Amino acid sequence: MAILDAARRNMKALAAAALVSSAMAGAATAQETIKVGVLHSLSGTMAISETTLKDAMLMLIEEQNKKGGLLGKKLEAVVVDPASNWPLFAEKARELIAQEKVAAVFGAWTSVSRKSVLPVFKELNSILFYPVQYEGEESERNVFYTGAAPNQQAIPAVDYLAKEEKVERWVLAGTDYVYPRTTNKILESYLKSKGVKSEDIMINYTPFGHSDWQTIVADIKKFGSAGKKTAVVSTINGDANVPFYKELANQGVKATDIPVVAFSVGEEELAGIDTKPLVGHLAAWNYFQSVESPENKAFIEKWKAFTKNDKRVTNDPMEAHYIGFNMWVKAVEKARSTDPDKVIDAIVGVQVPNLTGGTSEMLANHHITKPVLIGEIKDDGQFDVVWNTDGVVPGDAWSKFLDGSKDLIADWKTLKCGNYNTVTKKCGA
Amino acid sequence: MISLRNILQAFVLLLGMATCAYAGPYEDALPKFAADSYSDTEAALGAVAGSGHPLSLSVVEALRDGRLLAANGQIFIREPSGNLLNAVTGQAFGPAPQNLKAVRINNRVRRAVEAAMGGLTLLSSDAGARMDAARAVFRSRDAAALPTLQQAIAKETHADVKQALESARAAILLNQADVSPTDRLAAIASLRSRGDQEAVALLSTLPAGAPPEVAEAASQAAAAIRSRLELWNAAQNVWYGISLGSVLLLAAIGLAITFGTMGVINMAHGEMVMIGAYTTFVVQELIRAYAPGMFGASLFIALPLAFLVAGSIGVLIERTVIRFLYGRPLETLLATWGLSLILQQTVRTIFGPTNREVGTPAWMSGALEVGSLSLTYNRVAIVVFAATVFVTLLLVLRYTSLGLYVRAVTQNRRMAGSMGIRTNRIDALAFGLGSGVAGIAGVALSQIDNVSPNLGQSYIIDSFMVVVFGGVGNLWGTLVGAMTLGVANKLLEPYAGAVLGKIVLLIAIILFIQRRPRGLFALKGRAVEA
Repeated sequence: MAILDAARRNMKALAAAALVSSAMAGAATAQETIKVGVLHSLSGTMAISETTLKDAMLMLIEEQNKKGGLLGKKLEAVVVDPASNWPLFAEKARELIAQEKVAAVFGAWTSVSRKSVLPVFKELNSILFYPVQYEGEESERNVFYTGAAPNQQAIPAVDYLAKEEKVERWVLAGTDYVYPRTTNKILESYLKSKGVKSEDIMINYTPFGHSDWQTIVADIKKFGSAGKKTAVVSTINGDANVPFYKELANQGVKATDIPVVAFSVGEEELAGIDTKPLVGHLAAWNYFQSVESPENKAFIEKWKAFTKNDKRVTNDPMEAHYIGFNMWVKAVEKARSTDPDKVIDAIVGVQVPNLTGGTSEMLANHHITKPVLIGEIKDDGQFDVVWNTDGVVPGDAWSKFLDGSKDLIADWKTLKCGNYNTVTKKCGA
Repeated sequence: MISLRNILQAFVLLLGMATCAYAGPYEDALPKFAADSYSDTEAALGAVAGSGHPLSLSVVEALRDGRLLAANGQIFIREPSGNLLNAVTGQAFGPAPQNLKAVRINNRVRRAVEAAMGGLTLLSSDAGARMDAARAVFRSRDAAALPTLQQAIAKETHADVKQALESARAAILLNQADVSPTDRLAAIASLRSRGDQEAVALLSTLPAGAPPEVAEAASQAAAAIRSRLELWNAAQNVWYGISLGSVLLLAAIGLAITFGTMGVINMAHGEMVMIGAYTTFVVQELIRAYAPGMFGASLFIALPLAFLVAGSIGVLIERTVIRFLYGRPLETLLATWGLSLILQQTVRTIFGPTNREVGTPAWMSGALEVGSLSLTYNRVAIVVFAATVFVTLLLVLRYTSLGLYVRAVTQNRRMAGSMGIRTNRIDALAFGLGSGVAGIAGVALSQIDNVSPNLGQSYIIDSFMVVVFGGVGNLWGTLVGAMTLGVANKLLEPYAGAVLGKIVLLIAIILFIQRRPRGLFALKGRAVEA
């Protein structure tokens, strides 16, 4: 009967059927486990990026169970599939918290999916770890942002191009939704504060899944031939990247002429393209698989063993989950409880090693400290790190370069507020 | 004895000095490559390129290709054949040292490498190499290359290469303050005759302090080129439109058969395209593994296979699902929608959720320059391919017995049945034909789009739009519809942007359908009423 029960439970989360024996054993003795929710799309458009993160979470949970679990109990992963459907994210989040009674949820990729689950996490007072670089301008008590804020990715990347490549003209190209629009707004106002004129900035938005890039690449070429060094800052997301890079290669836009720095293209996305014509184009992240550190080497080995595939790559959001999961484990140990209120209080200030050889810390604004790395695409689909910050950079919840947000700070430790206005001295903007 | 030792010491000293004297800038620069700093690498590159040492070209080439290696402060060149050479002597080096690492380069160094290659290969015996060199010098505008450039121009026999060399010289002369105004005016004239975007860039960034007549001539030349480019630009946009139209045509033409002539709303049509693309991927993987030499032909091998795979899945779907739903459009729509999800998830389970790499054969990479038009080979290939598929399909429907039967069944099912045509079988075959054509569209689309389980989804809406707009039941309508939508989209895009352009087009189609519900080329006669 127990086996039947376990099987039925696993049927609910289709992918969990592939779960390793440890979780099966965990399911059989349900009372003694701590449940961890994994909320990543396993079907639909975002499955391309999010399925990997589900696997990464399963691996991290298995590792922790091998180390003896948490507070003397085994961890049990509860995997659900929100199917790249934003309202379904909220439904599935409710299912995880209310029915499955998970202690914390790791998940979401797009900003719109995060916004969709926010009210659920607030209402049911649970914890979400969000692993993807995002546009900032947010700090919630129940959410921990382990991906990069704009000042940990976009701003340093632009600084690098201006300094190292002497770029004077900028194309800000993005997919038409909240992350690129906000990031480009921040970048535009940052560039203007650095003395870049408006005629030297070109902003272009394309729909999700845009596949015909001929006109836009030709426009970029034209914009770039005005005699000033030009670069493209790309916030193009998801599937649209492959045809974009293919068109760049076909029209002969080389990195030595017009470099493209991307914020959403990592090892996983490059796996579908022949990267030889793209050598030298850039990406800004907080982690690259090619980083040489003992932690990273061990992580990659474990990942390849876990997926039983020698060709699987690692990427930045995976590292964010690695950091977030370890921080949660430490906070639970510190609080001696998985109660969300206690964990939220305990986790600020927790430090864990990241995969690039440094230490990341959870800040009072629920963002973390990370190093910033700039990598150039190599012909094998990996990145060569050409620049990195000396130490770690603390994430800003509110950008200093936008009028509406430069006076705001988030502090959940002393002020207990996500948007404290330092001018009016009031919480709530 | 003492004197003998002294002589010996003096001799050794002399020998040492002699070798020292031989160590030129080339030998001095080499160790800097081992420092793993981009500035040192760039400095060393400049010194090596300017040294005139016989090995300097090999070193620069090796650096470009990641074959310049460093170990313990020594520099080695790995030849393409795999042999290791000592970069100082050019002699073969025995067993490779343990900690051999490639000298890393970034974009800045890569640009310097291109410029250096340009200077070093201007006098190459290969015309292609000289052309590349001229382009590199044009871009770098490195005044140091001027003497070699003069020499190369004097010797050059190929007209194109000579022109490229001359515009490279013009680029250098234009930017130099100590050149006489007459020479600079000549340079401007040369750039004006070149007449492309790069020439405009050069002409509009004249350094400050140029004599007024030079500045005047430059701005005039730039304006002249710009107005000429405007015209080319319009032509270029039309070409982009045709190429987008041909993609739409490929995606929609299979649907024109299943939806257009059979009236089946097949939401799984996009998945047939996707299956065609995955067939290409599998074919390429097999070729990579077993016959790498045939990679150039991989797409031709994939075409019939994609037709067969997608076509047989189409027949299977028709036999097991759709034939029970004829005349019930809503149920067909829902059932095929479900099928499309099943197919997507099946592919996702088998091949994984991430994009699969489908390589582009060498003959499809690069671009063809016609005047100031740039036609990328892969787009040219797709336009030609779409036209071929269209004509073939027309001929099949017009001149084969299958085509005759399909047309007969489309016009009057019961009459065709009475005449002894097995309408069931024709339905299955026509559906298979439509699906198979979608499959070969997938082979073409794998060249320009993601090969992922979502590939088909992004084309299904556009395909229906084309078929409905063009007129249901008419292949010519599909052609005109696809081309109209493609060209309109591309002419709108520069002004309205990609997002707004699409919205404008959708509204236009809605209004058009209001006026002419049966599309551009409506079928006339009793068949419509039936």
